[in-house]
Amino acid sequence: MANQLHEPVIEQSYYLNMGPQHPSTHGVLRLFLKLDGEYILQADPIIGYGHRGHEKMAESHFYEQFLPNTSRMDYLSGLLYNHGYVAAVEKMARIEVPPRAEYIRVVCAELNRVCSHLLWFGTYLLDLGGITPFLYAFDDREHIMDALDRITGSRLTYNYCRFGGVARDVDAEFVRATRAFIERLRSRFDDYHTLVTKNVIFINRTRGVGVIDRDAALRFGCTGPVLRAAGVPYDIRRAEPYSIYPLLDFDIPTGTTGDVMDRYLVRMREMEQSLRIIEQALDGLPEGPFKGRAPHKVRPPKGDYYFAVESARGALGYYIVSDGTPYPYRIKVRVPSFGNLQVLTEALPGTLVADTVAILGSVDIVVPEVDR
Amino acid sequence: MSLDTFREELQHQIPELVAVRLLDHAVSGRHMEIQAGREQIEVIARTARKVGLFLEAITALDFTGGPQVIYFFNSYEAPSRVLVRVQMKPGESLATISSVYNAALWYEREVFDLFGVRFDDHPDLRRLLLPEDADYYPLRKDFGKVHAFRSTKEIYGEPAA
Repeated sequence: MANQLHEPVIEQSYYLNMGPQHPSTHGVLRLFLKLDGEYILQADPIIGYGHRGHEKMAESHFYEQFLPNTSRMDYLSGLLYNHGYVAAVEKMARIEVPPRAEYIRVVCAELNRVCSHLLWFGTYLLDLGGITPFLYAFDDREHIMDALDRITGSRLTYNYCRFGGVARDVDAEFVRATRAFIERLRSRFDDYHTLVTKNVIFINRTRGVGVIDRDAALRFGCTGPVLRAAGVPYDIRRAEPYSIYPLLDFDIPTGTTGDVMDRYLVRMREMEQSLRIIEQALDGLPEGPFKGRAPHKVRPPKGDYYFAVESARGALGYYIVSDGTPYPYRIKVRVPSFGNLQVLTEALPGTLVADTVAILGSVDIVVPEVDR
Repeated sequence: MSLDTFREELQHQIPELVAVRLLDHAVSGRHMEIQAGREQIEVIARTARKVGLFLEAITALDFTGGPQVIYFFNSYEAPSRVLVRVQMKPGESLATISSVYNAALWYEREVFDLFGVRFDDHPDLRRLLLPEDADYYPLRKDFGKVHAFRSTKEIYGEPAA
């Protein structure tokens, strides 16, 4: 046995399993890393631990019955998933939506986007070792949860949109609480920037790390903040405007290099834009019915339709094929995290193990959405 | 406008490709639809990459006549969603486009995983969402509880060309 100590070492690389129960993967994701010392040679994300077969479930349920499934794919931006699904079916079945409902949907969807970004902000800093921002972010987030809880009845897995409108009307108290929250969050951004954005430890851990440029984003089909951080102003709300977004005035924040810091800044600035959108939508909130007429059982005409919305993580698409019955023939959900996660196979190799968490977190994946 | 460039380039590359239709985005959610043959998909993907489109998704539909694989391409600059349909017979395989788009590595694995469509020369065609030892393809219409198993005609009507 002693001879082995004197034999030359040939194999230097080894494998490390990160997950499937690692706290920084935010869900059940397993990263299979091939390492050379502290450096990553190869990264293979292994998914499917949370596969529930939503697309199969759709084939044996009515269009209405599939509605609760949508918010359980990406449970952090459930209302955006709700919105995309009902809008797709409404377009197919030509169901009219009253203007008030469209405004309410946009207010709720943008609140949900801010909520999702705040959760990302808090947990991401927690991954990097900063515990305080997490408490601040969850404090703010609680105000959105309370407001949304008031009108939707749930905190996370919303089932609020209906074909032809929304389930319940908003009241004066919701509008007041939302406006108060906007005021509050605007003043908190200064705290966040002082606490985090200008923090030298944070800057050193994120600047120039995990660069995903335009070319890599294009090859992997990335969308959302990951793509916009690389300097591409691609946002479904502008590219294929839906609902009342053409009437609203908002900017699309972009980064320059596509590193972790840019992705962070893009999300922070997106929250400010979402607040602007909510304010405009509340100002313009028309009177009238919050729910239009929709058939008891929706039967879209034969054919197929693709509808895309901008979720908190990127372009979310519903491809629905109808055979004219109340059961969908197939519903394909194009989830943004799928492409955004796959790009890690290229972004991780060459970096340090310690940066894995910083890069993985910055992409902001929700694993149940990838697994569906 | 990259769609016109794409169309011209396609006609240059595959002159026999006739089933290219421009669609109204407001009605169908896409701008262009292509009915392609099994052997044409690789050239179409290369052309799409050349004009700067990205691969949005790959999915499939199960019909009585065999699976239909569907590719979505789109552009970051001007919205131009292109849907490419490839109708196949049961048991047929398809060329991979993962050498053109890295995104296809997982999308093709997903289609294989859920529909059992094989992609030739795919470097890593394993199960993606299901366990490694699964011996079923869940999104096929002969698996589990489904409402109907239809032919392409019943959904799209008679083919135009």
